[in-house]
Amino acid sequence: MSTTYDTIANIIAETCDIPRDSITPESHAINDLGIDSLDFLDIAFAIDKAFGIKLPLEQWTQEVNDGKATTDQYFVLKNLSARIDELVAAKGA
Amino acid sequence: MRLEYFQLIDRIVDLSLADRKICSEATVPTASTIFEGHFPGYPLMPGVLLIEAMAQTSGWLVIAANRFERVPFLASVKEAKLRTFVTPGEVLSVEAQLMHEGSGYAVTKAKIVAKGKPVCDATLTLRVMDFPNAEMETEMRKLASRIGLALEAPVNG
Repeated sequence: MSTTYDTIANIIAETCDIPRDSITPESHAINDLGIDSLDFLDIAFAIDKAFGIKLPLEQWTQEVNDGKATTDQYFVLKNLSARIDELVAAKGA
Repeated sequence: MRLEYFQLIDRIVDLSLADRKICSEATVPTASTIFEGHFPGYPLMPGVLLIEAMAQTSGWLVIAANRFERVPFLASVKEAKLRTFVTPGEVLSVEAQLMHEGSGYAVTKAKIVAKGKPVCDATLTLRVMDFPNAEMETEMRKLASRIGLALEAPVNG
């Protein structure tokens, strides 16, 4: 069974045509992988479908803009995986 | 269609929020300066405007689904297929299905049918944002009324 990280790394590789082996848990989706906001919509759509959740992108963006969070918390892939796990767990609670 | 105003939709024919579907109708004008260039002696409705008709129909579906709280803007067009020529005077049936409502975006599948035959289809992504100003919301509400978008329809209807 794939881990959450494996699933999102595969989604990013396929959606953005990024070599899978260049993606690591430490990769920052924006700063390291160069994913822009439009490509991230495609990634969010694929993640929403794969996990049956709704990534709260607007909330995250607002928190970053307000200085309440850093982009690392949401866009470093190991952290993104953790956020997804939390959303999946909350859905099942 | 009022091509000079970029209004590609004439009227909403059917809207079902329960099924997350919408159908609109659009009649290609018999005369337009667009046809003088596209193409001289062989007027065809430009494919990009057919895609815009699908995007506008999808947009009205998104607006109806969010009860006019927010406004969608076309962000991406995928798998667009232009299957046949459309000529002046044709009546088009434009259909859209809401596939997913994400955070700040929506995805639809849309198609156009004319005389029972498929004309074009695509998967569209729309960014969904707050109205940038009150004037735009007012004008969009007027346009919605003009084309018969039933905003008072029940959420499950």
